[in-house]
Amino acid sequence: MKKFTKFVSAVAAVSLVAAPMAVSADEKTFLLGGSGPLTGAAASYGTSVKQGAEIAIQEINDAGGAQVGEDTYKLELAFEDDEATEDKAVQAYNTLMDKGINGFLGCTTSGSCIAVAQLSQQDGILQITPSGSAEGCIEPDNAFRICFSDPEQGVAMADYAVDTLGYKKIAVLYNVADEYSTGIYDAFTAEIEAKGAEIVDAESFNTGDVDFNSQLTSIKGTDAEAIYVPAYYQDITYITKQASELGMELPFLGSDGWDGVLKTVTDPATVEGCIFTSPFCASVDDEKVVNFVKAYQDAYGETPDQFAADAYDGVYAFKAAMEEAGSIESADMIDAMTKISVSGLTGDPITFDASGAAVKDVKFVTVKDGQYTYVE
Amino acid sequence: MSLINAILEQLLNGLRTGSIYALIALGYTMVYGIAKMINFAHGDIIMVGAYTLYVCVSLLHLHPILAVVITILVCALLGVVIEKIAYKPLRQAPPLAVLITAIGVSYLLQNLALLIFKATPIPFASIIKVPSIKIGGVHVSGLTIVTLIVTTISMILLTLFINKTKAGRAMRAVSEDKGAAELMGVNVNQTISITFAVGSALAAVAGVLFIAQYETLLPTLGALPGIKAFVAAVLGGIGSIPGAMLGGLILGIIESLAKAYISTQLSDAIVFSVLVIVLLVKPSGLLGKMKIEKV
Repeated sequence: MKKFTKFVSAVAAVSLVAAPMAVSADEKTFLLGGSGPLTGAAASYGTSVKQGAEIAIQEINDAGGAQVGEDTYKLELAFEDDEATEDKAVQAYNTLMDKGINGFLGCTTSGSCIAVAQLSQQDGILQITPSGSAEGCIEPDNAFRICFSDPEQGVAMADYAVDTLGYKKIAVLYNVADEYSTGIYDAFTAEIEAKGAEIVDAESFNTGDVDFNSQLTSIKGTDAEAIYVPAYYQDITYITKQASELGMELPFLGSDGWDGVLKTVTDPATVEGCIFTSPFCASVDDEKVVNFVKAYQDAYGETPDQFAADAYDGVYAFKAAMEEAGSIESADMIDAMTKISVSGLTGDPITFDASGAAVKDVKFVTVKDGQYTYVE
Repeated sequence: MSLINAILEQLLNGLRTGSIYALIALGYTMVYGIAKMINFAHGDIIMVGAYTLYVCVSLLHLHPILAVVITILVCALLGVVIEKIAYKPLRQAPPLAVLITAIGVSYLLQNLALLIFKATPIPFASIIKVPSIKIGGVHVSGLTIVTLIVTTISMILLTLFINKTKAGRAMRAVSEDKGAAELMGVNVNQTISITFAVGSALAAVAGVLFIAQYETLLPTLGALPGIKAFVAAVLGGIGSIPGAMLGGLILGIIESLAKAYISTQLSDAIVFSVLVIVLLVKPSGLLGKMKIEKV
């Protein structure tokens, strides 16, 4: 979902910096840097991250700030546009370092994250990426991530399909031209086979395809019990509609790219009963989620997506790390990262292992009566 | 499901896509036959048709049949207007200038749609709601039935129009020899207008069937079927009406079978390889007539 390769953009760099909040003289401030695309084709991702982080910071400051040893810190966000390109990401990171940030919430996209990783490692600053899902994002010791990596999702769905749902024969339809889709597909297939179940048919498509009838007809001719489609919601819209046209009744399984599919299908019945992995679902009936969605809607007039939720949890991870460390020095906070536990929107609890990956339960979302709900 | 049934279903998939290609290819081939130009904006007429239908059905809440009639009229009119404004002034210009203009018109239409309807895909539920049937274990979707019936009727009507009416005779005369037809009192300008109107009306029908199948409106939705249909027209022999029909159907079936039994990634390569082979063996296309230039 978050994997973004290069974007060539002629748009001039537009630096958007959050307006500094009024801070009284005796209060201490923790300046949190962040970066992500606010312009260009991936703008919605960066915007969500910035807004999700702002909600968390507002909430923390309203509740009195973070308690670090004897001191109370208010949080403040400095957010730079990186247009989801490597060179702009490095520029944005340098700008933030010049401002003297105490921690770095970024980058939003994987490519930018990897580009910045080496610099942040040299600077030894605590870096938490909300949504960089590529393996390389958390390679340095100072880097952590909130979201799942792509393979983790595939493995989790494979375990769920075999162990909980009891499927033995599964068909897969994936986008061969997309890293996100192939990454999940590889992990899913390996895990399914390791579990002793069988991939009876693996069909593929290319980015931009709208006709999936041939692939679906092939799958229909097999004895598959379910069909797994790790892809984005626009593809899913075509696939589920054409499957129902073909009279297929196989249950659909999916990845977090499915999030948003209810906005694009013309008939929710085509995705009814599907199950997909997702870190966050805005319409579930959970007190924390409801409060977050309400605050977000009041502030920005839109429904938060998983990027906003990842950033929200990222800010709370910073708060937990500085409180645990009793210091805002990056070296101390990095040591504290593996000891903290965050009760977040995308996981409760979220802990971090030494590699920098988040340890949290994978959530499964289903569509029931035309609404997203978590699988019980 | 037996192998035979699977192959039959794949053939049906191919026939359905192919018949939509054929409808679009007819527009390319008719315009080429008469105006000797490749109208690259033809694919975007499909897009205009799809959006017009959406406006009529979802925004104005018109009856679907009335909406389809309006869609066909709008597209036919648009085809005529495009010809009058963009192509007619260039009738004596070199072919390259006309080709570039056609590409320009294509961009203009796409960007107008982008400006009006924005880039976000719009979901649009199919207006064709026919239950699917099962014939001896083969599942035939309602949409496939409707698509095949509508294309067959369109093609019969077109053949009758070209062979039995005065306007059709004029079209054949102009495509044979524009100068001689003019000398014989055929109104060439009017005939060209009629050709564009009929071609665009067929594209509108294709647009309605296309959007009923894919249900998502995008400003660029006409580009891919447009290119595929152009290939179909060349395969069948550009300028030949039965050739366009045949080319479209063959292309759809090859594509479907290649995707199902060879490789999804290679399906386009296979389709274009077939085109290259056909053109090597028969440069004028399957049913195209080789013209001997007299000097």
